[in-house]
Amino acid sequence: MYWNSFSDFLAMGGYGFYVWGSFGVTALVMVLEPLLITRRRRATESRLTRQIRAEARQEHA
Amino acid sequence: MKARHKRMALILGGLAALGLIAAFVLNALNDNLAFFYSPSDVQAGKAPQNKVFRIGGLVQNGSLSRQADGVTVSFVVTDTAHHIDVHYKGILPDLFQEGKGVVAQGKLGADGIFTASEVLAKHDENYMPPEAAKALEQAHQAGSGNPDAKTVTPASPSPATGK
Amino acid sequence: MSMINWFKFSAPSTFYPLAGRLIPVFWALFAILALAGLWVGFFVAPTDFQQGEGYRIIFIHVGASWMSMFTYLVMAFWAGMGLAFNTRLSGMMASALAPTGALFAFISLWTGALWGKPMWGAWWVWDARLTSELILLFLYIGFIALTHAIDDTRRADKAGAILALVGVVNVPIIYFSVKWWNTLHQGASVSLTKAPAMASIMLWGMLLCALAMWMYSLAVALMRVRVIILERERHTDWVKELLAKRSQ
Repeated sequence: MYWNSFSDFLAMGGYGFYVWGSFGVTALVMVLEPLLITRRRRATESRLTRQIRAEARQEHA
Repeated sequence: MKARHKRMALILGGLAALGLIAAFVLNALNDNLAFFYSPSDVQAGKAPQNKVFRIGGLVQNGSLSRQADGVTVSFVVTDTAHHIDVHYKGILPDLFQEGKGVVAQGKLGADGIFTASEVLAKHDENYMPPEAAKALEQAHQAGSGNPDAKTVTPASPSPATGK
Repeated sequence: MSMINWFKFSAPSTFYPLAGRLIPVFWALFAILALAGLWVGFFVAPTDFQQGEGYRIIFIHVGASWMSMFTYLVMAFWAGMGLAFNTRLSGMMASALAPTGALFAFISLWTGALWGKPMWGAWWVWDARLTSELILLFLYIGFIALTHAIDDTRRADKAGAILALVGVVNVPIIYFSVKWWNTLHQGASVSLTKAPAMASIMLWGMLLCALAMWMYSLAVALMRVRVIILERERHTDWVKELLAKRSQ
């Protein structure tokens, strides 16, 4: 282990801003992307399901 | 003209335009995307005259000196074949070090002194723990008997050989 | 493997459930590799002799840069397949890969800027390596914009495919830029032609993180291609059956 304390770990030998700025933004976009896809998937599924139901009603009418 | 032919013409036209752009970009890259000139390039008259340009090479060992004001420095950039004196007033990057790579932007005076407005450090592609670097350097010195060894490993190319 | 099987596999109705089964596998592999990579990167790999702790940005920067270039090649491959064989899945794959590739090109540039400032002394320089990577990001954005601007999906795929294929020349330019021109960016630490210029534990951390990004890209691209399949195949019987089953 290289870090004497947690604040030592956060400081990254004086490069904390650059290191955590890199890892932080990377983590953020890598969390956001799958979330956005999941949201798009839910929206698509409910839109298509509604369309299919509407078509089915038209056929019955 | 039928719609299909029109579409074909559009695609072909677009393709030709893209190819032309690519050719221009490649050509431009080939001509002047050298980020810096080495002291040998400057010696050979390849660098632009009376214009701001960048020189790159290694900071010669023992050449760095600071003025009394603490922010004005002078050092020598070398590619081992030729060298250029550089004057600079400002903050040097963390990795600026004698024997390491440097890129300086500025103008070359008639007196042959390069007055830099910006100095960037160019580091090599080697990554290792400090102990390993020390051991390598010791081994290198013992092997070659040259205390001025400027590269840490024999595999590391000097920045001046980029062209 | 015969051609017939291959084309059957590339039918959206076959590929959709297959992708659905593969996604959790890739997420699991991603989690394992990312944890291992970050552990090695922050707690096992020692400090660097030149850059101190600042070099740890390498653990994402290199993997993201590799992913941005490799994803472009895969995207161009699918685009080319679409042009050559007119298979439906090809265009969907290319469209699914583009945003993830753009994301990694962005991460590469972002982490590069945060690395360049303390080490070189500049957030950004117009050297050949940085400029060509920026062009890669623009190619991805151009592909996404172009394919979204055309309503007819077949024509959108075709136009996008041409752009993707023309842009392929940029990938070797990025890769070899540090050899072909004087650049501020240093040469490759890891390449096929020479021994790695890194201590092996640092190299391991970097490779684990890069592999994690591979798994992430596969998982995310498959998630996206499944949505695209649903959208484009909404008039087919199998999609209608699938959605009818879900809504019951």
